[in-house]
Amino acid sequence: MRRIVLWFMSTLTVVVLLFGYHTSTSGPSSANSSVVSSGSDGYSGSSGTASSGSTSDTSGTSGSASGSSGSSSSKATSVTGDTAQTQWGPVQVEITVSGGRITAVDVPVYPSDNPRDQEINSYALPQLIQETLDQQSANIDMVSGATVTSDGYLQSLQSALDQAGL
Amino acid sequence: MSAVAAAPAPAATGAGTGPRVARYVEHVMGMPISLALRGRHVDDRRARDAWDEVVADLRDADQVFSTYRDDSAISRLGRGEITLADCPPEVQEVLELGQIARVQSDGAFDVRRRTATGETVLDPSGVVKGWAVQRASAWLHALPDTDFCLSAGGDLVCHTDDPAGQPWRVGIEDPADPHRLIGIVPVRRGAVATSGTAHRGEHLVDARTGTPPAAVASVTVVAGSLTWADIDATAAYALDAEAATWLRGRTGRAGLVVWRDGRVERIG
Repeated sequence: MRRIVLWFMSTLTVVVLLFGYHTSTSGPSSANSSVVSSGSDGYSGSSGTASSGSTSDTSGTSGSASGSSGSSSSKATSVTGDTAQTQWGPVQVEITVSGGRITAVDVPVYPSDNPRDQEINSYALPQLIQETLDQQSANIDMVSGATVTSDGYLQSLQSALDQAGL
Repeated sequence: MSAVAAAPAPAATGAGTGPRVARYVEHVMGMPISLALRGRHVDDRRARDAWDEVVADLRDADQVFSTYRDDSAISRLGRGEITLADCPPEVQEVLELGQIARVQSDGAFDVRRRTATGETVLDPSGVVKGWAVQRASAWLHALPDTDFCLSAGGDLVCHTDDPAGQPWRVGIEDPADPHRLIGIVPVRRGAVATSGTAHRGEHLVDARTGTPPAAVASVTVVAGSLTWADIDATAAYALDAEAATWLRGRTGRAGLVVWRDGRVERIG
């Protein structure tokens, strides 16, 4: 979970830094923190049009961009980043800029509908034991159970594991 | 209710296959705290110092949050002798977690619970344990190239230094016979908490009704942090017949619900 959050933040940072290169009068660090904290405040661009790609003034890092409304002076522009392949699956970030400020951050492409998949590397599903096992045959490191008090500890499986030192 | 002193030195280290595991046990908050370490720092000075800090951290939490201590901040707050502003900042943090849990469990989980006599008492223990152990585990994160598994009375935090390393194998107790296991969950980085009545009798109740669950025997939750694994296990257990349905609606959780009729449901 933390890993993907950090990765996600770093992606935002990269996209924001691209904005910052062309339009921002504030330093990269302030752009970074403003987006991470709120996605909309504190980003002080100097012009009304964000440009971070190389093809035109409305393109994003992957070239897909669209003005969302008709207003001219501070028109909202959506910039969609490249789809990045992560170990959890594809991730794509879209940022809406209006009046030189980021007004929305969306993630149109996300690894999975089930957020547990982000952590699937960290823990697997519990495996049921068909025939009940005692601790000698289970090859386990620790025991999770209803709260063991110090009084009940000596009778517990965990106590046996601790004493065995295995 | 704390501090039954136990041997401060690690227990005998393993002679079996696989990496060497050193184990430590202390009793804090009336619970056995068990630590298993493997990797670079298992029983050297850094490991022992980190373990000492973990125990001290949990004792600090007990000083602030124990409802068994008349002089704890939480007891004084509950009696109205002091206000939240007078309490250490972690009191607010824990009460906020309790508030979130109350809303998300539709009121089944509440740090203000009714006693059998109809009194309302402030008892955040359902939040404190997982939160405190998660906080204390930070001392073990600081050990380089070292895996740890830290358990407080059956709720535990696991960490492997290598995100793809050998997972800790966590056995899940059978609530009908605590000397047997009903499941195993391999965990690299995450937490496992189980709520049930196997060891303590009927101590968990639905905060809305004050009655103990009748259909569910135990709930085990696997999550990214013990703070939320513990809260969710407690809340699901208090929700009784709705336990599995509620847990399925939670994001980022896996688990097991064991019913009193012997059925077992896997969540995730």
